[in-house]
Amino acid sequence: MRSGRLASLAGAALLLWSASAQAHLASTGLGPVYDGISHFFLSLDDLLPVLAMALLAGLNGPVGARRALFVLPAAWFVGGLAGFYGGAAGLAAGVTALPLLVLGTLVAADRKLAWFVVALLACALGLWNGWFNGAAIAVAGREAIALVGMGGAVFVLMALTSALVLSLRSPWARISVRVAGSWIAATGLLMLGWSLSGRA
Amino acid sequence: MSKTRVRRGAGLALLLSFALLAAPALAHEQQGQAAGFVTGLLHPVSGPDHVLAMVAVGMWGAQLGAPAIWLLPVSFPLAMAFGGFLGLVGVPLPGVEIGIAVSAILLGSMVAAQARPPLWAAAVVVGLFAVFHGHAHGTELPAGQSGLLYSIGFVVATGCLHATGIAIGLLHRWPWGQATLRLAGATIGVAGLFFLWRVV
Repeated sequence: MRSGRLASLAGAALLLWSASAQAHLASTGLGPVYDGISHFFLSLDDLLPVLAMALLAGLNGPVGARRALFVLPAAWFVGGLAGFYGGAAGLAAGVTALPLLVLGTLVAADRKLAWFVVALLACALGLWNGWFNGAAIAVAGREAIALVGMGGAVFVLMALTSALVLSLRSPWARISVRVAGSWIAATGLLMLGWSLSGRA
Repeated sequence: MSKTRVRRGAGLALLLSFALLAAPALAHEQQGQAAGFVTGLLHPVSGPDHVLAMVAVGMWGAQLGAPAIWLLPVSFPLAMAFGGFLGLVGVPLPGVEIGIAVSAILLGSMVAAQARPPLWAAAVVVGLFAVFHGHAHGTELPAGQSGLLYSIGFVVATGCLHATGIAIGLLHRWPWGQATLRLAGATIGVAGLFFLWRVV
């Protein structure tokens, strides 16, 4: 009884101690790793290609998916470091469109790919998007450690999504994944158009 | 009071305190994101010509059965995005509005007649009209909004219209449903004639 009262008092004290709300990440002090994680989940430019890669890896079976799961975050980190130390973020116009178009089309087509092709695509995507992210981090004057957060977020999304697709047994569920792939490819094609027209 | 209940009470108080201490997520990383998505999502449903044609595609796919029921919704977004791409890079497409009106007439007629052409012919008809719809509607991004989010919203809304058409088309398994579908197809065809009359 006495312990319960003490706990309630401690809780009430903490309630009185609450800080004011802060709207901007810079003032929350979460640090560069969390900045990297939140940047990834809030940037569809990065999130959507990884989602497409995870769908493709899942459709192509566990062997390719396992390779892609580890290759993609590693390549993202390596590409990010290369971009951080030698990249130029100004070249980024339209770069998100190509992975969306290629990966989305492959998902929509649902052709069986060899495991090394899946791993190679994951590597190319990781180097490609990682490089531009690293370059952007350098231009913004932030710390490269944000790439660790990004790599972790990529790993989590890749693991959960590809595992979900791998577990699908119903033909209709597989068709739904293909429809999602066609939507992603269509978005990529429109994005390519926006980029070429200079209106993105 | 048992120890478990004391611990539970203390845990709840702590959880509540932490919830009140938590800072909100970063709200404004990029500008125009939400507006771009909503504009893209609402754009296809704002024009009755687009809505009727998309629903007719789904209904026709359901009438034709597998594999058309899933092949048409997979291929249509890609063909539509190709039309949008042509519009964005400045390739002119003469008679776009007439093409859209004719699409409602033809697709409605196919549903009304329960037409069963070869799969490739159905795909060509649907793909051709998708290019017109994409060219007319895929390029209308308001200034200051995100091209990526607009594209996603546009593609998702079109896919949802297809899904609506497929859901309606599932009535085809009952005799009374077949008659209802044919009537709905005829109505779409007549609406297409009205759109054509308005354009010409």
